[in-house]
Amino acid sequence: MSAVVAGRQGLAARALGHPSFLVGAAISLVVAATALLSFVWTPHDPTVLDIGRKLQPLSAAHWLGTDQYGRDVLSMIMGGAVTSMAVSFVAVGIGLGLGVPLGLLAAGRRGPVGEAVMRANDFVFAFPALVMAIMLRDIFGPGALNAMVAIGIFNVPVFARLAYGAALPLWTREFVMAARVAGKGRGRITLEHILPNMLSLIIVQATIQLSLGVLAEAALSYVGLGVQPPAPSWGRMLNEAQTLMAIAPRLALVPGLAIVVTVMGLNLLGDGLRDLLDPRLARER
Amino acid sequence: MLTFLARRLASLLVTLAVASAVIFAVMEVLPGDPAEIMLGTNARPDTLAALRANLGLDRPATERYVAWVSGFLQGDLGRSYTYSVPVGELVAQRLWVSLPLAAISLLLTVLIAIPVGAIAAARRNRPVDIGIMAATQVGIAVPNFWFAMLLVFVFAVSLRLLPAGGFPGWGAGLWPALRSLILPAVALALPQASILARVMRSSLIDTLGEDYMRTARAKGLSRSEAVRRHALRNALIPVLTIMGLQFSFLLAGTIIIENVFFLPGLGRLVFQAITQRDLIVVKSVVMLLVASVVIVNFLVELAYAAVDPRLRRRA
Repeated sequence: MSAVVAGRQGLAARALGHPSFLVGAAISLVVAATALLSFVWTPHDPTVLDIGRKLQPLSAAHWLGTDQYGRDVLSMIMGGAVTSMAVSFVAVGIGLGLGVPLGLLAAGRRGPVGEAVMRANDFVFAFPALVMAIMLRDIFGPGALNAMVAIGIFNVPVFARLAYGAALPLWTREFVMAARVAGKGRGRITLEHILPNMLSLIIVQATIQLSLGVLAEAALSYVGLGVQPPAPSWGRMLNEAQTLMAIAPRLALVPGLAIVVTVMGLNLLGDGLRDLLDPRLARER
Repeated sequence: MLTFLARRLASLLVTLAVASAVIFAVMEVLPGDPAEIMLGTNARPDTLAALRANLGLDRPATERYVAWVSGFLQGDLGRSYTYSVPVGELVAQRLWVSLPLAAISLLLTVLIAIPVGAIAAARRNRPVDIGIMAATQVGIAVPNFWFAMLLVFVFAVSLRLLPAGGFPGWGAGLWPALRSLILPAVALALPQASILARVMRSSLIDTLGEDYMRTARAKGLSRSEAVRRHALRNALIPVLTIMGLQFSFLLAGTIIIENVFFLPGLGRLVFQAITQRDLIVVKSVVMLLVASVVIVNFLVELAYAAVDPRLRRRA
């Protein structure tokens, strides 16, 4: 017990001394807090059009100015954070919820069942999220749900492969042998011994898929397959700003920077978590 | 090697067959009747029925699936509902934009990533390495379509060096056509190169620590000779795998970037086809995209097995 406590304290101390983890965690927290704050407060309503106030520069009333329809850019960025986070979190949830059990099943059963599961995964991998979104557009209609499902399906084989690859070597370890000798079934061993031993890997991968999700959501919204107006989205803000690059480059710079900062924050957080949770991997980099 | 090849080929064919069935089934359940879209909602029922019979929409789904697949295998992708030309012709025209774009950006990606990754590995933990790693961290986080917009702003709108969009066609001459592909290719390549450079770096660092490197040095090879003859070649194996996986991102990226630069490639075609509900075009282009991802990964696996004999036995 004391060894565990010492390990935890060591982890906290190492976390505080790990710059990329700290920067990544700070950025991710700020983005998450911005998204949450927008539920109760934004400087203006991000969906209200006010043509009389279009393309205003930065001012005390509009910190980041207004767009060509007179909407407050800062409010749209805050609302866009919600879209971005919601889509990528749900997509990671779909990937985790389906992929991890499938990978665990394949590793626990092996034989034809395992083979079938992994082959099916290779198959899903052949459909990039964008192609998936194109195919699903007419079933779900363009919108947040379409983006969530398309990116989520793309995440399934990622987590299934990860869980499979991590679980296979665990099945040959002594503590799993001991559990089998003790008469535990495959399902119980998977839950009690296999899954806890690969949690850190899964957490790190989930962070990486979150950042990919933010990029994918922006791309889908940019081409009109993602979130629809009036819901704010960074990708669609970029689409709308494209023709105005020459007169109002600010409208393209701000959402782009929001995406870059968010993705970098999540990537740094993922790198940091990998170093902290799995020291063996950290040494190699 | 032969049995390995046969097994991988069989699994490739099964994957393609299942993919075609899935794509066909998804397109089947989509709401909306192409005949109604072509004729408008005011069309008379008998005209509609005639058109549906003409398009073969009145036949059972299994029959249409078989017809679609066997046509596909013979290079007949069906007839576009909206353009009234064979889909194969449409696709072939568009491929002359999309393929060169993808090829140029792949070339740029490799030309940037391999040397940059190798330099970072050689100068591990020194300022050069730290600078390169920071730059790639940013490169990974930049959405390619945003980067494309910035490139247009700087090189087309401000400096007026390159076109902001559009494509003159290869008939206008090699240089005008290439010129309009430069910015799109750079926009696609930089984020990909950032990922690949990181893979190259960590892979080279791994091989530099291998026993055979010490042996090579012990038998008298200079450091650079040992790196060139032994480390680089082995380091390229993971790089090749990641390039195979990146191919689907490159494809998706091409589709999106074509929309930024108004390039008449496959990406533009598929988006126009979606809005016009030209399902036969959507179906065939999606099948082509999926098939190319599957085939590229198959080829990467073969290349991988050719380099590493252990993998042949495992499969």
